[in-house]
Amino acid sequence: MKIHEYQAKLLLREFGVPVPDGDVADTPAKAKQIAQQLSGKVVVKAQVHAGGRGKGGGIKIADGPEAAETAAKQILGMKLKTPQTPPEGILVRSVWVERASDIARELYLSMTLDRARSTHVVMASEAGGMEIEEVAARTPEKIIREWAHPALGLADFQARRLAFGLGLSGEPFKQGVGLIRNLFRLYLAKDCSLVEVNPLVVTKDGRVLALDAKLNFDDNALFRHKEVAELRDVNEEDPLDVEASKYNLNYIKLEGNVACMVNGAGLAMATMDIVKLSGGEPANFLDVGGSASPEQIENAFRILSSDPSVKAIFINVFGGILRVDRLAEGIIAAVRKLGLKLPVVLRAEGTNVEQGKKMLADSGLPLIMAADMAEGAKKAVELARKSP
Amino acid sequence: MSILADKSTRVVVQGITGKEGAFHAARCKEYGTQVVGGVTPGKGGTTHESFAVWNTVEEAVKKEGANCALIFVPPAGAADAIMEAAAAGVPLVICITEGIPVADMVRAKHFVLGTGSRLIGPNCPGVITPGQAKIGIMPGHIHKAGDVGVVSRSGTLTYEVVGQLTARGIGQSTCVGIGGDPVNGTSFVDVLRLFSEDAATRAIMMIGEIGGTAEEDAAAFIKAHVKKPVVAFICGQTAPPGRRMGHAGAIIAGGKGTAAEKMKVLQTAGATLVKSPADMGATVAKVIGK
Repeated sequence: MKIHEYQAKLLLREFGVPVPDGDVADTPAKAKQIAQQLSGKVVVKAQVHAGGRGKGGGIKIADGPEAAETAAKQILGMKLKTPQTPPEGILVRSVWVERASDIARELYLSMTLDRARSTHVVMASEAGGMEIEEVAARTPEKIIREWAHPALGLADFQARRLAFGLGLSGEPFKQGVGLIRNLFRLYLAKDCSLVEVNPLVVTKDGRVLALDAKLNFDDNALFRHKEVAELRDVNEEDPLDVEASKYNLNYIKLEGNVACMVNGAGLAMATMDIVKLSGGEPANFLDVGGSASPEQIENAFRILSSDPSVKAIFINVFGGILRVDRLAEGIIAAVRKLGLKLPVVLRAEGTNVEQGKKMLADSGLPLIMAADMAEGAKKAVELARKSP
Repeated sequence: MSILADKSTRVVVQGITGKEGAFHAARCKEYGTQVVGGVTPGKGGTTHESFAVWNTVEEAVKKEGANCALIFVPPAGAADAIMEAAAAGVPLVICITEGIPVADMVRAKHFVLGTGSRLIGPNCPGVITPGQAKIGIMPGHIHKAGDVGVVSRSGTLTYEVVGQLTARGIGQSTCVGIGGDPVNGTSFVDVLRLFSEDAATRAIMMIGEIGGTAEEDAAAFIKAHVKKPVVAFICGQTAPPGRRMGHAGAIIAGGKGTAAEKMKVLQTAGATLVKSPADMGATVAKVIGK
C-alpha cells in the first residue's frame, strides 16, 4: 500500500525524523493560512501517489501567503501528468505546504527488503535528488549499503558507517545517525516495504531533514496496523482495482480487450502470456485465489464485465483447492443475474471437473468450451476481434 | 527414489483444527501419506476428525516420530509455527500459508537456517512424490509416478504442467512448489541440486516467474552443475512493471526481474525454454525423447 507524502511526513515526525515544518491543505485559503503561520518562503507540493511531480508543474515555490494561495489554486484540481502517472494524469485533491529549506547538500536514503539476502537493507548515496535506478546503473560505487541483522536490526555502528559514507561530520553527522536509526525504527515498526527519502538534505545552517518521503507498506502486515490501513486513499487507485479488493480478488486492470479469470497467480500470468502469444491483449490480471467462493466468482465476473474495453472473457481454471463445481456454481449465478453480453470461453480442469462441466451443460448457458489453454486463448482472442 | 518425501515420511499438520488444515490433512491421508496427527495449541489431547491433536510439535515428534511438518496456521501465527517445527527438530517443514508479513519471514527464515531443518514455502502448494506421499494442497489424482522432477514458484501453474505431462504418459519423480513470496525457505538452486543428485530423476521441469533473481541464480547453477536436461518456462512475459501480480514476490521493480531477462540467462545456461505455457509437456516429451 502507498500513502501520500504528507501522511509519510507526519509519520516521520512521530518517529523523531526531522521534516520541514508544514501542513496539508485542500483549499487555496487553507494553503494561504499555513503559509502565514510558517512565514517566509514556502513550497506548495501536489499530493498524488506518483513521483516526478516537479517536472509536471505539481511543485511550486511561493514567496508569501498570497503567492502560496495562487500556487495552490493552480495545483489543486489539476490533472497532474508525470512519467509515473497514467497518460491522462491524476486529479490533485490536496497540497502540502512547507517552509522552504536552504539546501547545502542533497543526499539519498532508503530502506527495503533485499530478496537475495532475505533481510532488510539500508541504502545511502551522496547523489541525492536523482532517480536511484539511474545512479545504480551509471555510478554504482556511489551507493553504500548496510544489511540489517534479521533479528537484531540495524546496529549503531552501521548507522554511523552510513552517515560517514554520506560525507557527514560534526553536528550534521550526529543528526544523520539519529535520523537513520529513527527511520529504521519506523520501517520495522510499521512493516514498511519501502522507505525512501530523496532528497535527504543538509541545510546551510547544518540541519539534516527529510525533504521528501515515500513510504510503502507490506499489504500482508496491514492486519496489525489499522492506523496505517486507514491512510489508504482509494482516489489514487483504479476504481475497478478498488472494487476487486473489496472481495479479496487480486485484480489489476490492463490495456487489452480479452478479460482473464484464473485461479492462482502463476497460472493467471501464464494465461495473460498465452493470450498475447495468440495475438490478443489481456484486459487484466485476475487471480480469484485458491479457495474462491461462488460469491467471489460472481463478483469477479461482474467486475470483468463492467470494464467497457472488454470484448471477450476467458476463464481458465485448474481446480485444486478451488473445485470446478464451485466455480460453475458462481458462473451460473453471475450470468443469471447479470446476463451474458459478452462471449465467454471456459477451460476447466482438475478437481470435480466432470461435475462442474455437467452443471454448466445443464444450465443451458451459451458458454464456449475449450479443451486446453491454447484452444481457449485462441477462441477468446478471435471472439474479441470479431466482437463489435 | 525421489527427493524430500516418500512412503516413510511421517507428517504432523500444524493448524489441523482449522478448516483448511483438517480438509487437506484428510486428502493427504487418503492419498496414502502417513499423517500422524496435528497440532493446535490449547487443543492437545483431543481428536479432530479422527486425527490426534497435540499442543506442541515436540510432542508429535516424541510420540509419533513426526519428521515433516505441514503448516496451515493463519498468517499472523505462521512464522512462529515454522520456528516451532524447526526448534522441535523436524527435518522438513512445509508452509502452505499465504500472506505472511515479510518481516516475520525474515526472522523465521534465519531462525530455520540455524537449525538442521529445511523450510519449503511459504505460500506454496507443497511437495508430492506421486504414488508415495502427497504433502500439500495439490490435487493428487493428476499426478503419475515417473522420472521428471518438477520445481515451481507457482501452485496452479504446476498443476497445469503436471496435467500436461501425465496426459502424455510422462510421470514425475517429485514435484516441489517453492512458493511465490519474496522470502522463502528453499530456492530453485536447492531443489535443482537435489534433483541433480537423485538417481530416479532423469529430467527437470522448472517454472519461474517475474521478480527477484532466483531464476538467474538457478541459471548459474544449471550451467555449472546440472548434467540432466532442464526445461524452463517463465510466466509474466506480459506483466507490467511496478505492479504486484498476485504473488508478493512477482513484481518487476526498477526494470529488474523481467521474464525476458530470465529466459535469456536460462537459455544461455543450457536450459530448453518454453515460450507458451501450453507447450510445457510437449517440450519435456521432446527433450527426453518420448
